[in-house]
Amino acid sequence: MSILIDKDTSFIIQGITGREAVNLTRENLDYGARIIGGVTPGRAGRDIYGVKVYDCVRDVVKHEGQPYGSIVSVPPRFTKDAVFEALENDIKLIVIVTENIPRREVAQMVELANLRGARIIGPNCLGMISPGEAKMGGVGGPAANTRQAYTKGNIGVMSRSGGMTTEIASTLTAAGLGQSTCVSIGGDAIVGTTYAELMPFFEDDPATEAIAIYSEPGGRMEAELAEWIAKNNSRLPVVAFMAGRFMDEMQGMRFGHAGTIVEGKEDTTADKIQRMEAAGISVAERIEEIPELIKQRLAEKK
Amino acid sequence: MNVHEYQAKGLLRDFGVAVPEGILATTPAEAEAAARELGTSIVVVKAQVHAGGRGKGGGVKLAKSPAEAKQAASEILGMTLHTPQTPPEGKLVRKVYVEAGSDIAKELYLAVLLDRAEEKFAIVASTEGGMEIEEVAAKTPDKIQTIHIEPNVGLRDYQIRQLGFGLDLEMDVIKKFVPFVRGLFDLFIEKDASQVEINPLVITGGGDVIALDGKINFDDGALYRHPDVAELRDPDEEDDRERQANELDLAYVGLDGDIGCMVNGAGLAMATLDMITHCGGSPANFLDVGGGADKEKVMNAFKLILRDPGVKVILVNIFGGIVRCDLIAEGVVGAAQELGVEVPLVVRLQGTNAAEGRKILEDSGLDITSAETLQEAGERAVAAGK
Repeated sequence: MSILIDKDTSFIIQGITGREAVNLTRENLDYGARIIGGVTPGRAGRDIYGVKVYDCVRDVVKHEGQPYGSIVSVPPRFTKDAVFEALENDIKLIVIVTENIPRREVAQMVELANLRGARIIGPNCLGMISPGEAKMGGVGGPAANTRQAYTKGNIGVMSRSGGMTTEIASTLTAAGLGQSTCVSIGGDAIVGTTYAELMPFFEDDPATEAIAIYSEPGGRMEAELAEWIAKNNSRLPVVAFMAGRFMDEMQGMRFGHAGTIVEGKEDTTADKIQRMEAAGISVAERIEEIPELIKQRLAEKK
Repeated sequence: MNVHEYQAKGLLRDFGVAVPEGILATTPAEAEAAARELGTSIVVVKAQVHAGGRGKGGGVKLAKSPAEAKQAASEILGMTLHTPQTPPEGKLVRKVYVEAGSDIAKELYLAVLLDRAEEKFAIVASTEGGMEIEEVAAKTPDKIQTIHIEPNVGLRDYQIRQLGFGLDLEMDVIKKFVPFVRGLFDLFIEKDASQVEINPLVITGGGDVIALDGKINFDDGALYRHPDVAELRDPDEEDDRERQANELDLAYVGLDGDIGCMVNGAGLAMATLDMITHCGGSPANFLDVGGGADKEKVMNAFKLILRDPGVKVILVNIFGGIVRCDLIAEGVVGAAQELGVEVPLVVRLQGTNAAEGRKILEDSGLDITSAETLQEAGERAVAAGK
């Protein structure tokens, strides 16, 4: 089992004729993804590694059937339109790869997705992978490298950093710990799905026995996760790798004053560690410590 | 991106938000002329730097005549301003804004921003104008009013009125407050600001609503569609190396240590800096070459790192996904040869095409220490610097 995607998940790629999207198509197909069509306005009739290209999402639905998901890989200025098009065509899972999308438009996309009962992963993310089943996005790179880093198993991984998703999975794999699903949630100020929002999926997934997350300074995502765990009495042990400790020593960038009023005080790494530990999350200082901490926590549970 | 107060006020005016009359000056004589032209009994001479709390550092002075304005400007121009928001070395003042004095009956606080947790826009206001909003939140949180605005719906007039009543404004004032806040919100949306802060927002003796100060931050991700805003960038306010990095499309932050770092991905870069610290070393910089790194970008990154004379070792840490390690390796070899890199190089390549990358490094005949894990990379970089 896994969350969000498995080998039967059908999806399309919007912006499929772009350079990065062509690579994504190749890598995802090689890993066994069911890509039922692609969209680039004005490019209907072409095909990318056997995937038919259509002018609009409606035409894919008409000719290939209803896709469940979409990877959106279009330039920032067209992303909002592409995402709205996917949502209005009843697509339920959208991975937005594009970075540097104006925040205002991200807020609009996330709001519409919520209204339509759909889920956005990203923007500025590498998507997700259920090892041995399917991947949706650039996570892990070429299929051969992806197979080296990711193995099927029982650990769920969530990361704001795309690269660290693979770094953590690869460390788990090396220690003999496979993964159920690994999600690169994106590093922007607003993302479609946060750690706390993914937790119920992992909680309900019988294959998942523990969670590893990547944590960094800024934002309140860890605080929300800690609140969720405490409130829901989660069955899953969580291990967090905390990056950016060196920043506590520095006068870094801070979100403006008023931001801290509506969002709550910005945590330093020390605050985050304390908050997570109080919620029962084990905090690793080095990536290499993650597998050991997970094994300890799993052993304690038995 | 940040802009100066005088630039922010120009934008506010464009959106119909009332601000006092003001003139920019770069010399005391210009300040004197500006005060004369404004012709009010009192003018305020304000240092133009990208930092708040200027009054506390002596960067804002009242003047009752053009001669006093000249004197005030001569004191402020060229000073190094220290406020709670400036970097430790302070900020050099190159410009002052001479502004007509205002008849203040009431001072409020108001900011438009994006609430990341709620994924909505928000307007925060308080009756305690002139005070730091954080302080108000800590001492008298009941004096803060917040409204949220749905991104696809936008701000509605009743929300502004509700805010005005919450701030104990009279109906006559609210009639002016509504278009004022509407203008601020339109500016926030149309110019893709990430925050517009008016502190203080003043109600005058005559019941007018004006922005006495104005701070605007812009969403860097949206600057491409606002060339007029991008033009307001003041290079004097930015760290030299960070500006160069910006031009080269690299994310760089200068630090105090001696181990130069080049990493792909902000997360791994942070983990690398932590590892160096953990191993007893001290990083010279944070540098993320990004997801699309190629040979040219690697060369540029090396140039940037080597501009820091404190760098004694360079640590390259790449976990290839989309990034191909062989291309990175070519860049490293190219940079080492063309730039004549004399400091020790420690390189860790993992992921996509890592084996090919390592072979390129070996075949180059250069003295490069390679590492398998992040920990090894950290240890070897620290050892190489000793």
